[in-house]
This record gives sequence, structure tokens and C-alpha cells, in this order.
Amino acid sequence: MTIKEDIIDGSQKAKASRLSFGEELAELGAKDARIVALDADLSKSTRTDLFAAKFPNRFFNMGIAEANMIGTAAGLALSGKIPFAASFGAFLTGRFDQIRMSISFTGANVRLVGTHAGVAIGEDGHSQMALEDLALMRTMPNMSVFQPADDWDTREFMRWSLTHKGPCYMRLTRQNLPALKRKAGTTFVPGRWQTLWDRGAEGPIVLLASGGLVGPTIDALEILAKEWGPEKLVLVNANWIRPLDEFLLMELMNRKAKAFVTLEDHYTVGGLGGAVAEFVASRASGARVMRIGLEEFGQSGSPEDVYRFYGFTGNGLADRIRSWLG
Amino acid sequence: MSTFQWPREPIASEKGRLALRQSILEQIFLAKSGHPGGSLSLVEILSTLYDGIVVHDPKHPEQADKDRVVLSKGHGVPALYSVLSYLGYFEANELKNLRRLGHFLQGHPDRDKYPLMEASTGSLGQGISVALGLALGLRLQFQSKEIGRLPRVFCILGDGEMQEGQVWEALMAAGKFLPSNLTFILDYNKGQIDGPVAEIMNLEPLAEKLSAFHLEVKRVDGHDTKALKVALDIPAGTGEGKPHFVIADTLKGKGISFMEHPTKWHGAAPSRDDIEKCVLELFQGQASPFGRLAPL
Repeated sequence: MTIKEDIIDGSQKAKASRLSFGEELAELGAKDARIVALDADLSKSTRTDLFAAKFPNRFFNMGIAEANMIGTAAGLALSGKIPFAASFGAFLTGRFDQIRMSISFTGANVRLVGTHAGVAIGEDGHSQMALEDLALMRTMPNMSVFQPADDWDTREFMRWSLTHKGPCYMRLTRQNLPALKRKAGTTFVPGRWQTLWDRGAEGPIVLLASGGLVGPTIDALEILAKEWGPEKLVLVNANWIRPLDEFLLMELMNRKAKAFVTLEDHYTVGGLGGAVAEFVASRASGARVMRIGLEEFGQSGSPEDVYRFYGFTGNGLADRIRSWLG
Repeated sequence: MSTFQWPREPIASEKGRLALRQSILEQIFLAKSGHPGGSLSLVEILSTLYDGIVVHDPKHPEQADKDRVVLSKGHGVPALYSVLSYLGYFEANELKNLRRLGHFLQGHPDRDKYPLMEASTGSLGQGISVALGLALGLRLQFQSKEIGRLPRVFCILGDGEMQEGQVWEALMAAGKFLPSNLTFILDYNKGQIDGPVAEIMNLEPLAEKLSAFHLEVKRVDGHDTKALKVALDIPAGTGEGKPHFVIADTLKGKGISFMEHPTKWHGAAPSRDDIEKCVLELFQGQASPFGRLAPL
């Protein structure tokens, strides 16, 4: 069995996390009357249309007016509802002051859902690509920030969020994501990442991949494991951006991890890479941190061409990691 | 009398409003900073609202079916603090702590430090959207019989604030979703930091614009408590119907002759000399019958 077969559940179809979100929201809506949804004229893309069709009186299409949508969601939360407010991540978190004031500082129990993460959206180009959303959302003291790797992650986070008091941001993809294998009985633990590959050896190189880059990173792991040996590498589904899984990072530092490589379809500034660098730098473990992501504006192209251009393929990622550690 | 005490008269009575004005000015004097002009212009609006219109209970401040007042123009919060203290939510003595480190009376409404604030505001143009969401959420709760009465939501806006694009997004949405339990009140005191509103970015013709947004618009003298009562004391309705917008024409700095100016007292605290002049003017040359927050 290849490493890839060991990690990915081939029995399930790959699915976009925005679709997982839309389906789960419609299912949860039937069980919990507190749930309401808001959208800003993108319901067919964010997939809140699935909720809207079932619960028209609990769905608010706010038009192309994200600032007001965010404040309205805050007000709905203050009246006891659990609002899911969705748009493209770029447009949603672009209204940072509204999120800062009306949601975070007001303490409103809103679930912000930003879809179309990263350059993976392809043809539409830079203006539609959320590339700084994690960096922005991560600054606020009471904000939970989560980037699911697959269908299971997305649904589990949403179910957990119904029990949580405080604002959340969830970052979703347009593209399909492979389903990850999990042991039977695996439970979702807030703030904890999922280790996908680890042979338990001392001094590993740790790949911390998030969201849409988990798939390409599995391919990179396959390549590097052949060259360096499978025990030299650890791969983690780094889905929580705030809080970080500091327990796992500490455990790996105690195991004398040589390097942490963060991989995300986001700017290298301030997202997962920034968060990990901040934490690792605060401990004198000697581990290095390499941040892989975007360092320039995105651009149009087919999703495949764009991912190849920015090096977000198994080969591209393996090349960068190899040249950095070589 | 050395300590400040609220009069026993209703809050919107002449005495009540004099005590509110005095306490607002003394809060800002003691804090050495704040916004007297836009706090004084709010006195009749807030006192009329809380004189029998807003349904609330200081003994049960968290009840789910209470009416909500969102102060979107957050810099006017000393007026709201004075009103809440008047009604018994906290001792008048606490007003001495406006803007002090760690105190719940923050410079702008802060729900984190004082949950009685319905929204954290101060970045203008945002409280209005929160008020819209509250009205919609409470309407849903009422319709599904989670609460037995339909609470009203009052949102107080500043005139400079009306220049924010988000305000018009919210008004457009209010005209779509039509929560009849929502009332916007504009404290139209005609001044903002850099100059008269009409010069910085004119709002007129305002009533026509608002009517075109499918709102029920009224325009009243914002210092006439009787006219305000008529405009504001209306039932929440079924929940489905045009939201209300009350344009209240006011004077920035109302009640203190030398503060009645569109810009001078927007964000300037009164000096010791000023505050004594204010008290003398409020009480026609006499000492305040309510005592003082800031005794000589």
C-alpha cells in the first residue's frame, strides 16, 4: 500500500468543503431551530442555497452588502440565534472592521463562513481569492479559526460550533478535497490537529498542511519518503488555526523535530505559517520553520495551471522542501 | 449637599433632564475627555424613550423579551450611562469613573465590560445593522412563540454617521425585511468634527431619501418631549410592516448656551471654570439641588 492509500479514504468521493458545509447546514437546520443563515448574493456558490430551500424564513439574503450582513448576523446572535453568515472569504473578511467591532468585540455568537479560499479557484483571478483571511481572523482574541481538510472535518466543526459560545471563522474551498481515513470511533476534539503520517522516530521533519494543500502535501510526502525514508517525515492535518494545537507542537519539539514546514493556500504572512512560527520561536527547541504559501498576488488560470505555477503540486512542494533542507 | 442624587421626578421631567445634563457634563469634566455636544443633544430622545416607552426592568436586566436600545452613535454614551443610572441600574457615584482603566463605563459602549450595552459601538455605521439583526431575531422568536411579546428595537444614529455606506445598506435591508418592531432615531444635531454636516457631506433631502427606502418617516423637534413621545410611543405591530425612522432635529450642546455650536464642543471636555458656568446656567445661578459628582 502506498502512503497515499494509507492516508486517503479511496472509498469516498472527493468533495468541496463548501458543499459539505451546505449539506450539513441544511441537516443541522432541521435539528436546531436556533440556526439561521445569511448570504450576500452568493448562496449558489457558498451552498447556503441548500439551507435556504428548506428553511426560507430562517434564511436572509442580504444582497451584495457584506458589511450589513455581518452586523445583522451579530444582532441575530444577540437575540439567541446561531447565525451562519457566508460569502467568499475575500469579501467577508475584507469587512474587517465590522467583524472586529460588531462580532468579535460585541461577543456575538456568529459563524462566519468564507468560501473560495486561495488561488485554487483559478480563472476568476486575484480579486476573488481569499489569501489574507486567516491572518486577519486570527488577530481577534475570542475568534476560533478553522480550515477543514475534508468533509468529516467540515461537518464535525459545524456540530461542535453549536455547543461553543463565541465567534468562529471557517475557511472553505471551491475545489474537491479527498476524504481522509480515520480510525473507527475517532472523535472531534477542538483545538487538536490530526496526525496523518508518523512512524514515531526521533528528529522528524514535520509537514503541517492545511485545507486545500493537504492533498498535494500527501503527494509530496510520498516523493520525499522514498528519498529520505518514511520514518523521517511526519504529516499533520493542521486544521485549527486558532487555537493552534500547541500540545502536538510541544510533543514534536520534545521529540527533537528538526523542522516544521507549513503548507497553505494563503499568504505566508500571518496565517498558519505565521502562527506556527510565532509559537515555535517562543520555545528554545532549535526547530526551524519554513512557510510555504503565496508571496505575491494570485492570478487567473485554470486551477491546475495555477497550482503548478505556484508550486502547489506534489513535485513542486517536494522540490521546495528538498532545496530548503538540502 | 455633597453627593449627587437623582431627583424623584420622572426621567423626562424638567428636573430629570436638568439632572441628566448636569451629570453628563460632570462625567466628562472628571474624565477630562469625552463628547459633550453630542451627548447633550441626546437628552430628550433618551429620557423620553425611557419614560414609559422602552419596556425593561432594572431588576431583571437580561430578560429575553425586553426592548433593546442600540446606541449606534457610541460617542454619546455618557448620556446613556446617566439614563441607566437614573433608572437604578447603578449608583450615580459610579459616573465619576467614566473612561477610567478597568471600569465598566468605557469611553464608548463596550459589551465585553458592560453586557447591558446591546452592542459594542464607536466605529460608526455599525450599530444600525446589529439593531436590524436584533429586530429580525426577536421577530422570529415571537413568531415561533419562544417569547410572549414582540420586543421593540430602537437604534439611535448620529447625523455624521449617516454618511457611512453601511447605514444605507442596513436601511435598504430594513425596507426589504420590514420588521415593524424596529425604530431608527436620528439625533440630527447638524454638527460633526470637521464642521457643519451640511458642508462636510450634506444629508438632505433626508426625509425624501428615507421614504424612498420604504420606511415610515416622521420629523420632530428632538428637544420637545411631547412631540417625541407621540412619534416614538407606537406599538410594535405584528412584526411585519414598515420600520420607523424618526428624524429628531436637535441642537449640539443643547441646554448650555456657550456649548450650542456645531463643532466647538464635539470632543472637548469642559474645564473647571466651564463646568461651574454650566451648573450655574442649568440652575439659574443657584447651586444644583441634586448635589455634585465633582464637588469644588
